[in-house]
Amino acid sequence: MVACGCKCETTEQAQLIEQLDRIIDEYRGQPRGLIQVLHKAQELVGYCPKWVQVRVAEGLGVSLQEVYGVVTFYALFSLIPKGRHKISVCAGTACYVKGTKMVVKAIRQHLGIKPGQTTEDSRFSLETVRCIGACGLAPAMIIGKDVHGRLEPEQIPEILEQYQ
Amino acid sequence: MKSLAQLEQLKKEMREVLKIRDGVASGPWNYHVMVCGGAGCISSNCRDIVTALKAELAAKGLEKEVKVVLTGCMGPCDMGPVMIVYPEGTFYRRVKPKDAATIVEEHLANGTPVRRLLYRAPGSTEPIPKYSDIDFFKKQHKVVLRNMLYIDPLLIEDYISRDGYGALGKALTQMKPEEVIATVKAAGLRGRGGAGFPSGMKWEFTAKATGSPKYVVCNADEGDPGAFMDRSVLEGDPHSIIEGMTICGYAIGAERGYVYIRAEYPLAIERLEAAIARAREFGFLGQDIFGTGFNFDIEIRIGAGAFVCGEETALLTSIEGRRGEPRPRPPFPANAGLFGKPTVINNVETWANIAPIILNGSEWFASIGTEKSKGTKVFALAGRVNNTGLVEVPMGTTVREIVFDIGGGIPRKKAFKAVQTGGPSGGCIPAEHLDVPVDYDSLGQLGAIMGSGGMIVMDEDTCMVDIAKFFLDFVVDESCGKCSPCRIGTKRALETLERIANGNGKEGDIELLLELCSTIKQTALCGLGQTAPNPVLSTIRYFRHEYEDHIKEHKCQASVCEFKAAEE
Ligand SMILES: Cc1cc2nc3c(=O)[nH]c(=O)nc-3n(C[C@H](O)[C@H](O)[C@H](O)COP(=O)(O)O)c2cc1C
Ligand code: FES
Repeated sequence: MVACGCKCETTEQAQLIEQLDRIIDEYRGQPRGLIQVLHKAQELVGYCPKWVQVRVAEGLGVSLQEVYGVVTFYALFSLIPKGRHKISVCAGTACYVKGTKMVVKAIRQHLGIKPGQTTEDSRFSLETVRCIGACGLAPAMIIGKDVHGRLEPEQIPEILEQYQ
Repeated sequence: MKSLAQLEQLKKEMREVLKIRDGVASGPWNYHVMVCGGAGCISSNCRDIVTALKAELAAKGLEKEVKVVLTGCMGPCDMGPVMIVYPEGTFYRRVKPKDAATIVEEHLANGTPVRRLLYRAPGSTEPIPKYSDIDFFKKQHKVVLRNMLYIDPLLIEDYISRDGYGALGKALTQMKPEEVIATVKAAGLRGRGGAGFPSGMKWEFTAKATGSPKYVVCNADEGDPGAFMDRSVLEGDPHSIIEGMTICGYAIGAERGYVYIRAEYPLAIERLEAAIARAREFGFLGQDIFGTGFNFDIEIRIGAGAFVCGEETALLTSIEGRRGEPRPRPPFPANAGLFGKPTVINNVETWANIAPIILNGSEWFASIGTEKSKGTKVFALAGRVNNTGLVEVPMGTTVREIVFDIGGGIPRKKAFKAVQTGGPSGGCIPAEHLDVPVDYDSLGQLGAIMGSGGMIVMDEDTCMVDIAKFFLDFVVDESCGKCSPCRIGTKRALETLERIANGNGKEGDIELLLELCSTIKQTALCGLGQTAPNPVLSTIRYFRHEYEDHIKEHKCQASVCEFKAAEE
């Protein structure tokens, strides 16, 4: 069993570590690959817990402190697990002017979570982001990979229903 | 591609096949249906329309006569999903997958355009069938967006048919590196990422700098929240960026380029990756390009959600895999950039201008625009305006023309209040300055800036105190924390603004804000902090009465702010 500082006894986790190592291999010993490796690691694991950071640090030859510094600097990296469906409500200027607040309120009413939170059943997590480049369709949000634009509060429940 | 002659030959062949898109019906095709595949139209399901069209065509046995193409962003996002049918250039808007059957039956099989899907000007019932007769398109001048209505971004042959890689061939085989730089300089091209620094000079500094290797970098971080120009160019015409960067590599003596794209743009990343792979197969990237012995290649680096990484020194640090914190300049990237080596860093739109300049010459480019601002500018028009979308106009066009002629004015008969340009670093232009020509200097004088091209229209229902608060909140969130004027100063300013917006503002708060802003401007380390006060200063300059209403009368004219009691 690989020593990774956590209790990864199950084969599932061992597999995860193996896959992670393959990601790391592309930049092994190259600190400049840190951000690119973290992207792929997060895609694999879902977030960047400590054991991932430790392994990445050792693999690329940078300190754990440096890895932690990078993970916390960039908004896209997360230290906590996210829901199955990630809702990102755009809070860019165009969307703000056209009603971001109203969209967040409607989601909050329906799911009972605020930005930064995940539903208890881990179905959704909610966050606000800065401009998703669909300003022409403001107000807009992304769920998973789908962009939803020209939002009206009444549509929110129906849209959320599509994601189980 | 081993020679310019070979490229010319391919271009001629492709041109012949695709001339239907120039309105010349000939060859094997009766129609080319161009469906907009910009971000906006994709989110309103344009891909389903393509599928439906193809199925209907197959059912009628018309696949060999009608070609369906998914393009980049055509611009009129609010009318989406949109499409253009060549050769005649018929424009359809708000198309649904279920319209496919009618379009195929009536138009593509029988030659009669579908009347109900045609565009009508606001307040008119008379349809305007051709896109080129519609105000939104008619008043634009496309250099950067030159290929958007005509090519499949995934096909390098389509790009080549429209002079693609011709400029690279010309530069490599007929011009010396110094001549390339001289041409860009003489064209008067200024950086489109916000600051407007002359690009040719930047290239010259880097070419002359000692140190090797040298690098070419494309800033595709597009941080302004409310802007999508760069994204659209990357998605709709990725080869134009590759060509521009490669020409620069030749001019300054670099063999490697990096494109730094924000992670929020997965489609742009995917298309650019595909385009780079194709360019390598065709020999426009790689070893011995055009048989001249010149080598150049490009890699993509993906950002991770930090606004400050759009600032050039922070961006370069981020490519190196570290926390994207800015550093003081000088030294400028031209001398000490990526990995400490001489580096040219330009914005996406700047890169897209390079090929046309080399191909058509500096005089052609300099003939567009104003005396000190040459060429065109792409704007992402959004907010409270009828035709939201992507527009490109010659420098010097007035704000009024953009908002009212191209943008179609304000919806629901509301009154125009201001446009905001330059995002969190910019300012607003109120109604009394609607006739200001859009160029670097005129906007600067008004306390707004050209910025990267976000243009947000605001109407009477927008509260300017709330807008100032919005931008400051953004900056507080995005400040990297390295210097205290930015980290603490903006936070204090935000608290003051929040107090005003809550109805707990005090006499003297406006003066306090002004003083704080001027200190931050003078002492912050990088552009983020130095420009962060602009939205506050600009709204106080033009809408001081709204601040006063909030403080003295506890009144928000736009009914946006919710007043709370002080105890809360
Ligand atoms: C806080 C901050 C954010 C910036 N964000 C961007 C950006 O998102 N895209 C961009 O092209 N330039 C941005 N810039 C400008 C860059 O620092 C740099 O001037 C630009 O990449 C140079 O390219 P250009 O000369 O072609 O405009 C930003 C600057 C600052 C201070
Ligand atoms: S501001 Fe929301 S997509 Fe740009």
